[in-house]
Amino acid sequence: MIKKLLVANRGEIAVRIFKTCEKLGIKTVAVFSDADEASVHTRAADEARWVGGSRVKESYLNMDKILEVAKETGADAIHPGYGFLSENPEFSKRVKEAGITFIGPNEEIMETMGNKIAAREAMIKADVPVVPGKNLVSADEKEAAAVCEEIGYPVMIKAASGGGGIGMQRVDHKDELIKVLPSVIKKAETFFGSAELYVEKFIENPRHIEAQVVGDTFGNVQCLGERDCSIQRRNQKIIEEAPAANLSEETRKSLFAYAEKAAKDIGYTNVGTIEFLVDEQENIYFLEMNTRLQVEHPVTEEVTGIDLVEWQIRIAEKKRISELKERNVSYEHAIEVRIYAEDPVTFFPSPGKLKRWSFPDMDQIRYDSGVEEGIQVTPFYDPMLAKVIAKGHSRSDAVEQLAVCLEKAEVEGIKTNIPMLLETLQHDVFKKGNATTQFVQKYVIEKNRTQV
Amino acid sequence: MKEVKTNMAGNVWKVQVAAGDEVTAGQEVVILESMKMEIPITAEEDGTVEEVKVEEGSFVNEDDVLLTLK
Repeated sequence: MIKKLLVANRGEIAVRIFKTCEKLGIKTVAVFSDADEASVHTRAADEARWVGGSRVKESYLNMDKILEVAKETGADAIHPGYGFLSENPEFSKRVKEAGITFIGPNEEIMETMGNKIAAREAMIKADVPVVPGKNLVSADEKEAAAVCEEIGYPVMIKAASGGGGIGMQRVDHKDELIKVLPSVIKKAETFFGSAELYVEKFIENPRHIEAQVVGDTFGNVQCLGERDCSIQRRNQKIIEEAPAANLSEETRKSLFAYAEKAAKDIGYTNVGTIEFLVDEQENIYFLEMNTRLQVEHPVTEEVTGIDLVEWQIRIAEKKRISELKERNVSYEHAIEVRIYAEDPVTFFPSPGKLKRWSFPDMDQIRYDSGVEEGIQVTPFYDPMLAKVIAKGHSRSDAVEQLAVCLEKAEVEGIKTNIPMLLETLQHDVFKKGNATTQFVQKYVIEKNRTQV
Repeated sequence: MKEVKTNMAGNVWKVQVAAGDEVTAGQEVVILESMKMEIPITAEEDGTVEEVKVEEGSFVNEDDVLLTLK
């Protein structure tokens, strides 16, 4: 049994994991950088240790220091949260070599699913449909042009080791390809340490629907439902909900079957997410797999009554899925918005001092946050400040509760995307459940452009 | 002497110009990285770069001078 757990992360996800540990009677250790010395997560654990400078390389990506702290504090498990080292196979390996339990899948799975090319091959082997695509062996313009021509424009160029929407670029024709190729290569190298690229057919107007899977160490796999994450800006999610609106039962069943098949075939353990694109004809295509807890996990928790962090810990303790009982829930639908520190029109970051930060207490609202009034929002990390999750007896009930909550929220000192979120929640296309991944571009960016 | 300042704190990801280069109003001169996003900083006026005051990889605060023009 795990007695003391270190979270190798910061902000809301560290706070979230500590809550489950408290419930389970597990002692906790937080790590923090110079910029986070006074942050909420450092006070949310039983003890906190400094791991380095403000830049992520110096602290939250500093494996040596994190492992040193784990040993010093006697932590017998490490939870990586999301981002940072959460999908880094070397970290998982080193944690295990240090005699500490890593809360996540084994490094071989992480390695396979973390590379877009290897992941596609694994899915093809498992008979799961994938988007037509091909990898670029070199950065040569001629080769890139030939590959794009073969797949057929429009295409999506991606960093093979990428994630979080970074290093992805839609390309409509050859001239554009020549123009953007050097920048995509540089981003891939800078953010992911590898210039390897991948070209995929661009699917027009798809919905981004993902399946939450969980696998134990005895080979049992279960799908815990889907989440619709179509509302995105810069290929990063803003609003997520469960279940997906207007999805036929037949497609839903296929999606779950593919997800379970995929997870079982690769021998997946712990919680994970299989992301799919679903086109206008409800064809399903595997997009990628996240071998970790995801930002949007609360919507699944709210409609299933399952504490996913608890399941992660129990599976790492070699419990079977069948031993993990589900709670009864009375809510049909859950929807989450991510509150970002950014301009609601340009989406440009907005670091600064959070002078006012207040959200109403409401029965149907869950609030996962890593910030508080008076803190400095720094430019060093992701702009996400908090997640607000509404649950409802129907989709419209959940959407309405969320809108009421956001209307009453008071934030001063920095800009946030709250006005844009409210606009989306009140938009007819969204209310009818017809939003695709093009929603923000089509109805928010275009509208702002026209108004300017 | 004219100054090109940043309106945001962040890391200097790329410096697009060098001393002696001619720049025109609206031209991207520096790219910053803030909150995991690239922020292009543009020159507000035409001019010749006199001095680049930052290096790639350095950290800048809001209102810091990135380069001077003459």
